[in-house]
Amino acid sequence: MQGKALEWAYEIEGKDFRNAGKVSSKVKEILKELGFDPAFVRGVAIASYEAEMNVVCHAEKGTLHFAILPEALKIVVEDQGPGIPDIALAMQEGYSTAPAEIREMGFGAGMGLPNMKKNTDELNIASTVGKGTVVEMVIRPPLPRE
Amino acid sequence: MQFWEVKGILEAEVLWEPVDLQLEIEIAQAADLMSDVLSQSMGGELLLTGLVNSQVIRTAEMVDIKAIAFVHGKRPDEKTIELARIKGIPLLTTRLFLFEACARLAMRGLTGSSGTIW
Ligand SMILES: Nc1ncnc2c1ncn2[C@@H]1O[C@H](COP(=O)(O)OP(=O)(O)O)[C@@H](O)[C@H]1O
Ligand SMILES: [Mg+2]
Repeated sequence: MQGKALEWAYEIEGKDFRNAGKVSSKVKEILKELGFDPAFVRGVAIASYEAEMNVVCHAEKGTLHFAILPEALKIVVEDQGPGIPDIALAMQEGYSTAPAEIREMGFGAGMGLPNMKKNTDELNIASTVGKGTVVEMVIRPPLPRE
Repeated sequence: MQFWEVKGILEAEVLWEPVDLQLEIEIAQAADLMSDVLSQSMGGELLLTGLVNSQVIRTAEMVDIKAIAFVHGKRPDEKTIELARIKGIPLLTTRLFLFEACARLAMRGLTGSSGTIW
């Protein structure tokens, strides 16, 4: 990584549960191939998947932008959807508006946003009700050991 | 314990066998909530679950689950098994209910990961 940015963008379809996770799988593959530390890759994959699932579960469609910057990874997930009226409330563990069919699939426990926070160094959310949401995550790789 | 021992203890059927026939399982997690797996797994577990949708495989892939055992005779559809094949995640299905499956494995020395999280 000589100061050159590597960037990718992937579309996410709302309510497409069969394909949900494909994008984060791709992100994980790229990082693995580039030889990043497995524990780090795992954390990124979890954060990415939670964000991807939120688009699938709560929005109509979205795009995941993924960039490897000189000092960090950046994932920006923007969607067209209902937006989040109260972001502080949505961030609380256990808060969820997920309907029954999503809970039956094992999601909608209201742990996604807190888990994204846990697995990232920075998490910023901007949302406009009726338009959509932008979730930005920055994750810094562990320093290489001497 | 080896994957094959897990199969024996659970009297399970193999839906997809591990590429590494010596695959070692050291810890396990039981969950029907994928949200719990995503927030509580430490990676490397055998996952025992009663859920059989494709998101179970996706979730397992993200957190580096080593193998999955479906309980209560549950069986995922072909597409889901195919996804596990592609991702290299071996699958078992047992007729035992979740509690008994966990209890049998625990009696034979398999542990959970709570201690490493708190
Ligand atoms: N992309 C999004 N668009 C609209 N609402 C969202 C989005 N992401 C999260 N939310 C809202 O925030 C709540 C909490 O999100 P999260 O912590 O991921 O839990 P869960 O997805 O299990 O409900 C959701 O139930 C939903 O109301
Ligand atoms: Mg969520």
